[in-house]
Parts: sequence; structure tokens; C-alpha cells
Amino acid sequence: MTTATATRAEYCVIACAEAWRGDGEVLASPMGLVPSLGARLAKRTFSPDLLLTDGEALLVGLDGTVEGWLPYRRHLAMVTGGRRHVMMGASQIDRFGNQNISCIGPWEQPSRQLLGVRGAPVNTLNNPVSYWVPRHSRRVFVERVDMVSGVGHDRAAAAGPAATRYHRLPRVVSDLGVFDFAGPGRSMRLASVHPGVTVEQVREATGFVLATDGEVPYTREPTGEELRLIREVIDPKGLRDREVRG
Amino acid sequence: MTDKTMTPDEVVGRLRSGMTLGIGGWGSRRKPMALVRALLRSEITDLTVVAYGGPDVGLLAAAGRIRRLVAPFATLDSIPLEPHFRAARERAAFALTELDEAMFMWGLHAAANRLPFLPVRAGLGSDVMRVNPELRTVTSPYADGEEFVAVPALRMDAALVHLNRADRLGNGQYLGPDPYFDDLFCEAADTAYVSCEQLVESAEFAKAGPPQSLLVSRHSVTGVVETPNGAHFTSCAPDYERDEAFQKLYATTPWPEFRARFLSGGSEHAYQSAVRTWHEEQQ
Repeated sequence: MTTATATRAEYCVIACAEAWRGDGEVLASPMGLVPSLGARLAKRTFSPDLLLTDGEALLVGLDGTVEGWLPYRRHLAMVTGGRRHVMMGASQIDRFGNQNISCIGPWEQPSRQLLGVRGAPVNTLNNPVSYWVPRHSRRVFVERVDMVSGVGHDRAAAAGPAATRYHRLPRVVSDLGVFDFAGPGRSMRLASVHPGVTVEQVREATGFVLATDGEVPYTREPTGEELRLIREVIDPKGLRDREVRG
Repeated sequence: MTDKTMTPDEVVGRLRSGMTLGIGGWGSRRKPMALVRALLRSEITDLTVVAYGGPDVGLLAAAGRIRRLVAPFATLDSIPLEPHFRAARERAAFALTELDEAMFMWGLHAAANRLPFLPVRAGLGSDVMRVNPELRTVTSPYADGEEFVAVPALRMDAALVHLNRADRLGNGQYLGPDPYFDDLFCEAADTAYVSCEQLVESAEFAKAGPPQSLLVSRHSVTGVVETPNGAHFTSCAPDYERDEAFQKLYATTPWPEFRARFLSGGSEHAYQSAVRTWHEEQQ
């Protein structure tokens, strides 16, 4: 099998999987389909010690074998204990990594009520938090989020040492590229574009000025074995193509 | 020993408008829906509802019974956004105390432990602090000197929870994978009402599960109600899964139409019967 045929969705799976590289024995908490595929790929290949859940209250192996119990109250202890790396969604995200899943428009009377802040405030102050955005657009990558749910670098710094002590935002993955916070003042930087995407295209779809360092590399190619695992073992029904087109 | 059994309507008879009411379960999972439906049949309104929100919040919001909601979210799980909660928020129909999930949990712990607050590393830097200006911070008295959010106790007048089994004394057993926070809700409230799938003799508990499945203890329970299928349409594992088809109907049917067909029958029995008829029509 040749890697030249990898689809955009498969680059996204690889880019999400990379978020958990080197994490060791922590809980991988993927929100959304592509991050879930990425977490499973990471566990099957370069991060075998990761813990996964069944989406409810059990810790399970790749074959579904139950190895532990993780109801919500223990899950919250795992968050604050730091032994977890979550990849959350974002209805809005800004250049410093402030994320919003609560509501759009004024909080007092939103134009669109979404989920509420959920666990984003506790997640971001306690364990590594990455983000996944399946459709990169100016509506998501905004100058300023309407309700800070997940805490970004500027807001954590302003809140003081208790907020920054365990605050870590490793990466943002979208259908266009991979981003980190190595830009000026810990702002969002375009770390790689997925093959088939131009830097200009990413800038055009982003509602703030995006930092770049020199020539932006491409997101790495999957290995032949990784592609086989994605296509035949992890997502044989091709659900990934519904979340990421192109 | 005291027999605490009562009917859903007797439970609601002990509640009053203006109360702070905790509702157990999580999202669209093991919600005390039969008790919520009984509440909807009453005139009780002006409630402060404390919940990890699901259709309990949606139903009470749609019916205009909520004055203030204290919650970190409202969701139907398989349908991420709760439509009636959304609609109510978008017309500013009630006040909201929006907390993070962990802040909420520690608020329950504080109330259950008769503490005014508990410190948490959550909320700082987020807009939870902006939209809840009454929240305070507290500084560690130890060498680290760190500053935390002091989550106020979520003390409630009454709590409603749903479990798989209970006895007449108020002991409750959960048989699914997650206790959620139902024991804390009961301990954090002045009165607590446990509905259950099946009322059993205390001696039956040991046959159904290990001692640690005995989640709720009678000293924290005021009343017990047997309501088979009483969490419908939310899940109540292992007794039943979520009724996804019906939940979808709930989420897509205009409120007056849904209420007229399923909630106007005057009893929980009428509701269950209307649901059965609907399912038969779908076949």
C-alpha cells in the first residue's frame, strides 16, 4: 500500500494520534470521532500504555477487555490528578487557546445556546488539553470567544500561579492543519498544513493573524502500517470520511 | 422501622413553589423522570433546579417551572444539544448559575459535609467567574499560597434521584456502571426522594449486587417510590437503555404537541401507556 493515497481524514487521524505521543500511562480522552480513531491508533502503535474508556464508566483495552472502573466522580479525580490528556471540540477558539462550547452571543441571552462549559474550565487548569476542529473556519477560529470555557494562555497567566501551574495546551488539529502555541506571547502558530492545503488557505479561514515560522511543513505521512490499521482495523467502515471531507 | 413508600404525586405534595430542587442522574442517564413528570402535573413553579442537566431540565424549562438553573451543561447525550433548554436560554426564560462539572461536584460535597465551600482548581481564568460574580476565591493557608475558587455549597431543599432497586426504608441500590452523584444529592438536600425500578425486601439486595452497589442509605432518604420504567426515556442500565426513538421524538416535536400527547394524561400510568401506543404505531 502506498502512502501517497492517504486522504485528508487520514492525515487528521494521524495528526490527532500524534497529540498523545510520549504521554505514557495517562487516560486518552478523545471527544469526537477522528480524535477517537487517533487515540486508538496511538495506543496501537507508539503510545501503547495509554488508557482508554468505553465512553461510559469503564477503562477498556483495544479489544474491549475491561481493566478498570472510571465513573464520573473518579474521572474528575483523574482530571485534577493530571493523568489524562483530553482532546476536546471547540465551537470557538482564539489565538491564545481560549475555547468556547457554552454559547454564542451574549451569555445573558445567547443567540445560540450550546452545551454549557461542561468540564472545560477544570480540564484546562489540570491536565493537557488539545482541540479538534473538523471544519476550520472564521466562525470557529475567532478574534475573541464569546464565553471562555477552556482557558487559554493569556487568561491563565492573568489568573495567576494556581491557574498556570498545570496548564498545558499541546496542540490544535483541524481539517486544514496542526497548530501549537509557539507564536509570539504563546499565541497560535501554524505548525503544519495537511498535504493538499496551502498556508494561504489556512490564513483565509482563520479570523485572527496566525503566526508561522519560515516555511510551514506538511503534516507527516502515515506509514503503510498506520494506513492499514486505520482502514482495516480501527475504522473499516470509513466513518472518518463523514467527519472530514476531501 | 418506618415504611417510607409513597406515590409520585405524594412526593410532589411535599414540594413547594420557590424550592431549590436537586435532580440526580447525568445528562440523559438515570433521571428520575417519573417524579419530574409528577412535578409537571402539579402547579409547582419558581424552582431553583440543581442538576447535571438532561431532559429533566428541558421538560421543566419548557413548562416554565424554572426560575434559576444551577448546572454545568444540559444535554441529551446522543443528541448533544437539549432543545428546550436551548430555547429557554435563548429567550432568557430563567436565570443561570453556570458552573464547571468539577465545581458542581465539589459544591455537592460541600453541602453533604455541611461546609460553606470547598476549594477547587477550576474556574480560574474562565468566564464562569465573569458570569457568576458572586463566586469568591480563597488563598491556601500553607506555604504554596495558591489561590483557588471557593465553590459554595449546593445545599438543596429536596433531591430527586432514580435507582434500580430500593427497599421500603429508603436504602437504594444502583446496578449500572456509574453511580453518578445520586448519593451526594441525597446527602446535600434537606429531604430526598428515591424512585426505583423495583421495590425489594432488604434481603434481596445481596442477590442483585455487591455491598458497594448500595449507593444511597436510608438516613438520607425521606420517601421511596416504585416507578417501573420511571427513568424513561433516559437510560437506566442494566434494566433498560435509553429510548432513542422516543428521545428523538421529544427533541423534534413542538412542546405543546408533545405535552398534549404524553403529559396530559393525569398519571404516570397514562404516560407509560401513551408511550406504548406511540411505539406500536411506529411498527
